Amino acid sequence: MTAVPEPISDLQLEGITKRCPGVLACDGISLQVRRGEVLALVGENGAGKTTLMNIIMGLYRPDSGSIRVNGEEVHFRAPGDAYARGIGMVHQHFMLVPNMTVAENLALGLKNLHHFLRLDLKGAAQKIREVSERYELPVNPDAYIWQLSVGEQQRVELVKTLCLGARLLILDEPTSALTPQETDDLIERLQRMASELAIIFISHKLNEVKALSDRVSILRHGAVVFNGQTANHEPAELAALMTGHEVTLPRNEGSGLQGEPLLTVKKLCVRGDRGNLALDGLDLELREGEVLGLAGVSGNGQRELADALAGLRPVESGEIRFNGRDLANRSPREIIDAGMGYVPEDRQTEGIVPSFSIKDNLILKDFAAKQFSRWSFLARKAIDRNAEVLKEQFDIRCPGTSTAAGSLSGGNIQKVILAREISRGPKALVAVYPTRGIDMGAQEFIHSQLLERRREGIGIVLISEELEEVMNLSDRIAVIYKGRILKVLPAVEATRERLGILMAGLVDPDPPPAADAPSIPAAGAAHE
Amino acid sequence: MNKQKALFAGVVVLVVAMVAALLVALVLLSIGASPLETYKTILTGPLSDLFGVTEVMVRAVPLMLVGLGIAISFRSGILNIGAEGQIQMGVIAATAVALALPGQPKAVLLPLALLAGALGGAIWGGIAGWLRARLQVNEILSTVMLNYIAAQIYTFLLRGPMLDPNELETGSGTPQSMRLPDAAFLDYLVPGTRLHTGLILALVAAVLVWVLLWKTTLGYRMRAAGAGAKAARYAGIPVERYLIIAMLLAGGFAGLAGAVEVTGVHHRAIEGISSGYGFAGIVVALFGGLHPGGIVPSAVFFGILLIGADMTQRTTAVPANMVLVLQGVIILSIVSAQSFLRNPYAQERLLRWLARFLPGASSEQKGGQP
Repeated sequence: MTAVPEPISDLQLEGITKRCPGVLACDGISLQVRRGEVLALVGENGAGKTTLMNIIMGLYRPDSGSIRVNGEEVHFRAPGDAYARGIGMVHQHFMLVPNMTVAENLALGLKNLHHFLRLDLKGAAQKIREVSERYELPVNPDAYIWQLSVGEQQRVELVKTLCLGARLLILDEPTSALTPQETDDLIERLQRMASELAIIFISHKLNEVKALSDRVSILRHGAVVFNGQTANHEPAELAALMTGHEVTLPRNEGSGLQGEPLLTVKKLCVRGDRGNLALDGLDLELREGEVLGLAGVSGNGQRELADALAGLRPVESGEIRFNGRDLANRSPREIIDAGMGYVPEDRQTEGIVPSFSIKDNLILKDFAAKQFSRWSFLARKAIDRNAEVLKEQFDIRCPGTSTAAGSLSGGNIQKVILAREISRGPKALVAVYPTRGIDMGAQEFIHSQLLERRREGIGIVLISEELEEVMNLSDRIAVIYKGRILKVLPAVEATRERLGILMAGLVDPDPPPAADAPSIPAAGAAHE
Repeated sequence: MNKQKALFAGVVVLVVAMVAALLVALVLLSIGASPLETYKTILTGPLSDLFGVTEVMVRAVPLMLVGLGIAISFRSGILNIGAEGQIQMGVIAATAVALALPGQPKAVLLPLALLAGALGGAIWGGIAGWLRARLQVNEILSTVMLNYIAAQIYTFLLRGPMLDPNELETGSGTPQSMRLPDAAFLDYLVPGTRLHTGLILALVAAVLVWVLLWKTTLGYRMRAAGAGAKAARYAGIPVERYLIIAMLLAGGFAGLAGAVEVTGVHHRAIEGISSGYGFAGIVVALFGGLHPGGIVPSAVFFGILLIGADMTQRTTAVPANMVLVLQGVIILSIVSAQSFLRNPYAQERLLRWLARFLPGASSEQKGGQP
């Protein structure tokens, strides 16, 4: 690595414009970040955040505008050039080789460790120790990446970027894969690091923006629509600026008509991928017309429960009684036909066939149904009509229903999935992390859809790590811990703190006397 | 925007094709042949008379059939490399049936022979499909191994049980079966040439495959299983079942190609009857975009290459094996062009690199990015 003449203390973008075919991805964007400050860059999916960052890193070249480092104009041709001037980026999807150690991963990027026929891994480890001590980012250089949790991998990415000489960090949605605890931890560490670094923090989680950043810039349709001091503005105000309209995430107002038990899970035991008992005698009951929130740190059996409910994972023992039938170990098709809807965790690969058009994805479960086929031939007209109707009804934003579903943004993919599942008229719906990584506008829409279905009498199991989401939408909240339901409590009795304690596996204290529904501090505060 | 994109893709493909032609030209130069002469012979020679055209079509028929089967399997997410073996099994089955029922009228015997060929190939392909679906045996491994086994079975049968008794008596010992009864022959389409009605069969098959894959629920399931196995499984489609069906169909088409070769062209099972159609069929299918509408012209194109190669051997002393080099270069170029068109970063890099040579052109936008 070339020696940096002087550490980066100031990055200035002026009038950055970048046209991609059909859209103006960046429209005269001007920004500035200095050392010691955190700039939050927020905007919905497709607002141009990623394109802008790719321009800073030298992956794209702007059509016009200039980039200045410490006042001097620069032209980066590749990420290496950006690193040479002290700018580094941590991508949303980690760029780590799982079967290599932390030190080996760093050595991949550091040319001066590569000697003739010899790789200086000791040097790499030494460097990692220095940096991790200095910035209080504990990392073991000899650990293999695959052994590390997502939060630890995030720290490795940070250390790696710092080791490569970056003193201005671009963090692209760094919390999107983290658990709430890991998120809090990361934000705390970033706050401590911020005094010596400049940080551009990309996110659409406004409570994190509020907690971490000094200044905030909002992008909409490729242009900066707002610049301001974070402290002076409420999240709701920022949300409105981001989406272009008032955003109020809908809340479950309670008093629905909760009817008969719809889905009863008894003593369910299911093995995880490594052969361990991921579900170990889990009991759960879902009634008609209720949203049952399943809160828990991910990895406590949520995935296995969802898979077992969908018929995709064998059940060791126990039963899944749905509408009077035991569905344990039934085929996915039978479970679907029994009226179970499913919004899977990984929408890109489990929810849609990415290369299929939107309209073909909308009939993924019903291609053989009477209205879409005749004598085994697809009824194209009905399929087209169905797609047009659902596109309107679910506000799927796309150039046309023949577009490949995989090219849509996360929020719109989720709308496609939701449209398919809901239009089938299910009796129950299992939604796994339905709004993970989705912008506010789409989130609002998805939440109100779920609540509307609840009013129609559908029972909904909502699996989520977002405590706000769980508390906003649920009638009752079940906390899952190590493959069992630790406690089920009415949503009105839940507080962030109480759920946090339960999710950590600690015994529930008695409901605190002050836990009245309207005074839940964290439930709506971030969005209202 | 789409027009711009299509134009850009067209330009890329054209440039790549020219680079490929240039590379092959270098190889030709290195063996002392004239590239221009060779290209001219390959591309225009076969089409200059009726004989050439019909011979091109004779080669295109098995390529089409194999290519259609390959398209079905690839679209369904299973990579069938075993068409070569499936063809041989088809030849054996068709020959055996035709020889076993000598007295039957044509209306019975010919369809039976073709059906038997398809069935033979289907079973051979189905084995690989079943192994993959039930035991997770990698299909590339199994189909290649099944090719070896089929080749040995074929050799054994032609030298042993199915050997023409006349060969034993006269003593020349050419490993080949008895001549099929006339009732098992496909009719000639153009009198005086070898072009047979198998062409019509192949074209009808192309339409049927298109209908199957894009118009029926079965095709929808198979494509869903291939393009997104996980999502298909979540949607209640038993993916494994469609892997087996896809391999049965793919093997069936390869077997049919073998049956058509033996009933239409050679009229007996001979050694080397598949002449590499099983592998060339993969190339034909990929070159045709795994779509019947592309596979038909692509098969004709490769037919031209094959016949052209024979001609260059005679007229310009370039060995026919050069066509293999040409095929290889074409495939590599097409695959590179495709992945380039999918990669916006690579496109940006190229445009930047080009912009260095064209000062002032940096403001011009080429529509390449999705």
